[in-house]
Amino acid sequence: MSLRTPLSRVRGHGSAKEGAHLWIAQRATAIALVPLGLFLVASVMATIGIPYEAARAYLAQPLVSISLVLFVIASLWHARIGLGEVVADYASSDRTRVLLLLLFNFLAFGLGAACLLAVLRIYFAG
Amino acid sequence: MSKHAAGRPLSPHLGVWRWSPTMASSIFHRVSGVGNSLGLLVLAWWFVALASGPEAYATFVAAASSAMGRFILFGFTVSLCFHFLNGIRHIVWDTGHGFDVSKSAAWSWFNFVGAIVLALIIWVLGYANLGAL
Repeated sequence: MSLRTPLSRVRGHGSAKEGAHLWIAQRATAIALVPLGLFLVASVMATIGIPYEAARAYLAQPLVSISLVLFVIASLWHARIGLGEVVADYASSDRTRVLLLLLFNFLAFGLGAACLLAVLRIYFAG
Repeated sequence: MSKHAAGRPLSPHLGVWRWSPTMASSIFHRVSGVGNSLGLLVLAWWFVALASGPEAYATFVAAASSAMGRFILFGFTVSLCFHFLNGIRHIVWDTGHGFDVSKSAAWSWFNFVGAIVLALIIWVLGYANLGAL
């Protein structure tokens, strides 16, 4: 057992040389989500109260489909980083942290696959 | 470092701070971020229901337009609006601007009030779109 403090052990080794990619991806997706989020709200407002076929026809427009696909990717990516940050800060044990990160990753990819398949189905059905 | 030694005293880190606007907006940025993540589940339901067929879509619309559904969706709208406004402030902070105390406190207030106003505007427009107004 070492009596050295964790701080003294890492001192002098320089930075970890990696890790900034999540910080950058969080900002990049945030900037992308400004217009994409506005577009999502507009899409929801355009489809509330209209019949099923009309809502499908609205989403099947190429620009709408593309924007929604981009929103799904950017928002799930952003959420995955953000939730990971929350878990890293509050998880009380390594086991909880790993299990929650695994769960969030499965959810992000699972929801992403479901959303993308759904939007593409609507798009290709015309 | 993740395990606290049993019986060691913890500093009273949660109870001793007076709430300040910047502290509140920081906490609610996280809370609304987690809330928005839950909202993505509803978004996925919307997409999948629309792709699945008229019956699945009718089930979704019935759930979303029920009193509870509207209450939850309004909550998601406020959460989304707050995270949107405060997220823009975070991007501005990343450029090194807007850090002085009075300005960041005022901006925090603006984001709280702005989120509720923006959500109300969206819902009024939504109801107007439905022809309910």
